[in-house]
Amino acid sequence: MKNNQKYSSVEDLPEASVASVSTVYIKTGSWRVYRPEIDKEKCIKCFICWRCCPDISIGIDEEGYPKINYDYCKGCGICSHECPNEAIKMKREGK
Amino acid sequence: MIEIRFHGRGGQGAVVASNMLADAAFREGKHVQAFPFFGVERRGAPVSSFTRINDTPIKIRSQVYTPDYVIVLDSTLIDITDVTSGLKKNGIIIINTDKKPSDFNLSFKVATIDATSIALDNKLGSKMAPIVNTSILGAFAKVSGIVSLESIILAIKESDISKKEDNIKAAEMAYQKTVM
Amino acid sequence: MVKKIMTGNLAAAWGAKISRAEVIAAYPITPQTIIVEKLAKFISDGELNAEYLRVESEHSAMAACIATSQTGARTFTATSSQGLALMHEMLHWASGARTPIVMANVNRALAPPWNIWADHTDMMSQRDTGWIQFYAESNQEVLDTIINCYKLCEDRAIQLPAMVGLDAFYLSHTSEIVDIPDQDIADKFLPPYKAFYPLDVEHPLSVGSLAMPHQWYSEFRYKIYKSMEKVIPKLNKIEKEFNKEFGRNYTGSLDLYQVEDAEIILVAVGTVAGTVKDTVDYLRSKGLKVGVIRLRLFRPFPSEELIKALKNASFVGVLDRSFSFGNEGQIFSELKASLYQTNRDPLIKDFIVGIGGRDITTDTVKKIYENCQKCLKNKKIDQEIEWTNIKV
Repeated sequence: MKNNQKYSSVEDLPEASVASVSTVYIKTGSWRVYRPEIDKEKCIKCFICWRCCPDISIGIDEEGYPKINYDYCKGCGICSHECPNEAIKMKREGK
Repeated sequence: MIEIRFHGRGGQGAVVASNMLADAAFREGKHVQAFPFFGVERRGAPVSSFTRINDTPIKIRSQVYTPDYVIVLDSTLIDITDVTSGLKKNGIIIINTDKKPSDFNLSFKVATIDATSIALDNKLGSKMAPIVNTSILGAFAKVSGIVSLESIILAIKESDISKKEDNIKAAEMAYQKTVM
Repeated sequence: MVKKIMTGNLAAAWGAKISRAEVIAAYPITPQTIIVEKLAKFISDGELNAEYLRVESEHSAMAACIATSQTGARTFTATSSQGLALMHEMLHWASGARTPIVMANVNRALAPPWNIWADHTDMMSQRDTGWIQFYAESNQEVLDTIINCYKLCEDRAIQLPAMVGLDAFYLSHTSEIVDIPDQDIADKFLPPYKAFYPLDVEHPLSVGSLAMPHQWYSEFRYKIYKSMEKVIPKLNKIEKEFNKEFGRNYTGSLDLYQVEDAEIILVAVGTVAGTVKDTVDYLRSKGLKVGVIRLRLFRPFPSEELIKALKNASFVGVLDRSFSFGNEGQIFSELKASLYQTNRDPLIKDFIVGIGGRDITTDTVKKIYENCQKCLKNKKIDQEIEWTNIKV
């Protein structure tokens, strides 16, 4: 099976509903209405946000700060809610 | 087809006896079937089990209603169970008892064996609950001639019961002592 | 080849062992318990190289089976009655995920009132779960069918799970002669399982994710329908090969006994068929033209085969050991539906027998036969559904 394969008929379809199309290919970032933004001045690098992110959308940048992957972040706001230093603010998209 | 019904109490080994008899007949090239009466058996409760022996494959799957032989592992069952129910007119009933056949007022041929004493002599089971199944099979071999004592002994040897040597001795003793 | 006296439960365990099942996930229930006890012993004694997964319920057992089957392990389980009912949700999942799990089900009635004895309500209730359903008549057939099921289910064209029914006590606790196939020949007959879409960390897959109405859900179900159509021809081929290797002849979806010239044909499932055959022997000795068809397979339903087998019959008596409340016995319904496609219109009557393990004797079968005979003579059935041996 190729990645991101498109099927054209029932004949191409595998018997089982398996997909090598990993969720990596599904960019859920487009679902976001509010985007989290990290204020590095306030961030203490505790990585509670990283631990709490339900979509594994928080990584680490070259300076050792948490880094949000906006391709997948759905804007749920859990990171902002859990941040002990209020370093993550939710801002409306498109503004 | 020969049909045998065992009556015993849970723990005496009636089910094992029906299986072992089937195994013995199988070793003589017969087709066999053995099964318990499909109850929820408890120790001491009356139980029954069946063996069918035939020269050709056995198709029937119902319980046994008209046995050729009835084997009673505990003579106290005679008072509470209709042990001769459906027994064929020329059928034989084999009873574990210290009494003589003539002591029983039954309209069937009766054979008796004191399997309890034999089991106790060979330390099979406990004093309160001796396991009499192998003794009674020795008696069955003697009375019926359907299976040989040798086949019964072989079936005991190949089974997964404990105290095989004592059980074999019990079967041999019962074979000698059965009265009809 | 070793011949041994064993119960149906042990035959089921031996079937899994000879098939070299790699994972057993099961939860004990009377009268199935001995199957899983024996398998656990095989594993602990080192006679079977498999994982035994202890689970907290039948639902979990089936969930575990689905997962292990998806990793590519040959998976076996066993259950009965209430246990099978508890698995229901996962049974759909197993077939939908196309996992070739094989399961022994000891056919037992459902509560209330509690009843641990034989009837087919448990498996009939799982009719639409996408599982292949076999019903066995002997312990030998239990063992052999489990081996054949793996070969059938693991076939690329099939990829579906199967359950093998064995009647509570009439097989599960009945000792009879069973021929244990040689492991060497069995290994040749049934090579190791290779999953087509194995879960593998090197090549990640997602399984059973969302399919929207406009996407492929209908097509996945359509593919199960198409695979089910291939089961009977494939089974015939496998059993021919089985006969060549092991010298035992199974006849696919149906087991026909004295049907060729039979005026009256009784249709039965499971162990009752044995007693019916025995009665047919007796009736034939009196010169009566009677035969029996035993359904070995209930899913897929062998419509074409049944129509062919019934082509000369004037009267069909169906013995259902289960009932679909609000309608009729399941086999009766499906058989009638099959006949609707033909010009044939034999008289057909449903006899409900052996519910909750009520013993079916040759006298019961004779009574059924006599009733069929009477109806045939009158060219009219007295009632469409008759609950036989009900105390009135």
